[in-house]
Amino acid sequence: MFDDFVQQFLPSTVGGLAIGAIYALVALGYTMVYGVLRLINFAHSEIFMIGSFAALFVILSVGVTAPLTGVALLGFLLLLMVVAAAVSGGAAVLLEVVAYRPLRRRGAPRLAALISAIGASLFLQELFALFVIPDVFDRPGRIDTAVPRIVDRDVLFSIGNADVRTDQVIVVIAAVVVMILLDQTVARTRIGRGIRAAAQDPEAAVLMGVNIDTVVRLTFLLGGAMAGVAGVLYAMEFENLRFNIGFILGIKAFTAAVLGGIGNIRGALIGGVGLGLVENWGAIFFGSQWKDVIAFVILVVVLLFRPTGILGESLQKARA
Amino acid sequence: MSRKRMVATAAMLAGALMLTACGSSPTGSGGGAALKIGFMGDLTGENSGIVIPPRNGAKLAVDEYNATNPETPIELVVYDSQGNPDQAVPLTQQAVQQDQIVGMIGPAFSGESKAVGPILEQAKIPSVSASATNPGLAQNGWVYWHRIVANDNDQGPGIAEFLIRAESPDNAFVISDDQEYSVGLADAVAQDFEAKGVTVERDQFAQAASDYSSTISKVTAANPGVVVYGGYYAQAGRLLKQLRDAGVTAVFASGDGSLDPGIISGAGASAAEGAVLACPCNIPFGATTGPLAEFSERYRAAFDTDPAIYATEGYDAATLFVDAVKAGNTTPDAINTYISGAMLDGVSKKIAFKPNGEPDVNAIFIYQVKDGSLTLLGPSTEATLG
Repeated sequence: MFDDFVQQFLPSTVGGLAIGAIYALVALGYTMVYGVLRLINFAHSEIFMIGSFAALFVILSVGVTAPLTGVALLGFLLLLMVVAAAVSGGAAVLLEVVAYRPLRRRGAPRLAALISAIGASLFLQELFALFVIPDVFDRPGRIDTAVPRIVDRDVLFSIGNADVRTDQVIVVIAAVVVMILLDQTVARTRIGRGIRAAAQDPEAAVLMGVNIDTVVRLTFLLGGAMAGVAGVLYAMEFENLRFNIGFILGIKAFTAAVLGGIGNIRGALIGGVGLGLVENWGAIFFGSQWKDVIAFVILVVVLLFRPTGILGESLQKARA
Repeated sequence: MSRKRMVATAAMLAGALMLTACGSSPTGSGGGAALKIGFMGDLTGENSGIVIPPRNGAKLAVDEYNATNPETPIELVVYDSQGNPDQAVPLTQQAVQQDQIVGMIGPAFSGESKAVGPILEQAKIPSVSASATNPGLAQNGWVYWHRIVANDNDQGPGIAEFLIRAESPDNAFVISDDQEYSVGLADAVAQDFEAKGVTVERDQFAQAASDYSSTISKVTAANPGVVVYGGYYAQAGRLLKQLRDAGVTAVFASGDGSLDPGIISGAGASAAEGAVLACPCNIPFGATTGPLAEFSERYRAAFDTDPAIYATEGYDAATLFVDAVKAGNTTPDAINTYISGAMLDGVSKKIAFKPNGEPDVNAIFIYQVKDGSLTLLGPSTEATLG
């Protein structure tokens, strides 16, 4: 048992960091929307899925036939992220306008918005399975769609017995850079101040001249953009997309958000990476079939002792 | 409308549907009155993709026989059960009482076979299934029931023994997801490996998972001689890709659930290259010479498509009935006696039956991904890896 742990610890850590970074990016969308609207946007997992397909669309349009390297790779990844972030951000804003704003206007209870979110989630999944994937991508709607390889699986360096590959490094670095950008945007810009104000006290924010609709739209846009970037990284790393890839990943990301402290941007990072690591470490001892059990046991234990999550502090209290 | 009348109306409607369904496919010709042989299986439902090829195979055998203008032609009557036992039962009653079939090819699946078996047994109608693989079917003491393919219990040992012969591994890593078929196959493979002195390590992941990094780190740590995955092609493709990406070069093998071009598109052509797949079925993938190639040629000429899963077995099942009729047997009992003692050098393999209706030899066939497509290597006892 201990031998297993020694041998598998470092490789599992590398794998856990990569998937954890993707959890964290998706978790940001849950956390920001919750912070501002007190709404769990269950359709956010589909915003992530849309981002991954946007990336695939660009890859197929450009016609990448061989893995890229160097500047070409960086430039192309940047292009993918910008396009996917725009598509996902746009989809998230549209989702807000169609599925949530009418309810908010009429002062509907939060439960109604939650049901609306679940409905939107199913609608988007089926929309892709029945129309978008068969018609736009010309593939069967309900099975894996392969993504052409854009990054080679070269071993970049080794730590102990763990080989670290280029694609894994890209996933982690890209996720961290994007998260720092978001954190700084919320902490230092006018937009960010608006978001924090609306999260803290919506009514006072309105009285102070904050346009609450604009703030909500920006929140969905930023959260959606993060999910879009996550979609690019997922497509690049796992190379198989499906209409329901967001489902399990969305649940994990939501867990990560709660684990880190829902409404807290840095908490999402800690929750996501922590979840990815703990899952993989637990699998060393109990087998990979226990991954999900381990993840949720950890969640329950953390919430028992820290009901507001690891960082606890929420978006409204975050200071620049 | 009373409940009774509703049932009666529904039964009438169903009867009308059946009449149209089977009236559309008579293949009889030639001199005397045609003998009716049934074919039952899912021809329009979600799994029709694995029943239409054996239907085509059976039709080919019957058509070829009728084209020789025999004294007693055969009419193939097709019953579309949609793989559903509830539909198979009334269809079988109709086949026995109304159509007076003298034999049945099928039912294709195990569930409907289980439901229909007692009816055929009571009516003394011989049946030969080309694709029902549940082990329990042979344990009913049925005298009129036969199948051509090996059952599910034989596949695991078939894979393990082939890999031991081909690769002589010291240790093996056996992986599954959490589906019943997957775990069952992985258990069978692991047991056989251990019985033969090969050390086995196991891991299992959730069906819906897409990141297998923890499984991969276990495999790299174990450094196995072979990796076997029990499960379906979607997960097999993703797993194989991630294994190869992590630098695992050991032979990768899986069972009939992964014998689908989907494993190649899922893993990517370069990662899938060399993957070994096993199946109780004999599909002439890439056969260029011999009886399999000739069969493929005739099949293509008749149906304008390549023979797919269970096509050869469907052809062989029909050939058994054709041979029985050729030998002058025209009653169900005489045909059953003939088939039970038959020694057929079939397209799929040599066919003879045990008293319980199981095939005499439990042949498992080995396939390998070569140059980006599935290729038949041969029976597991003879095949060699390319």
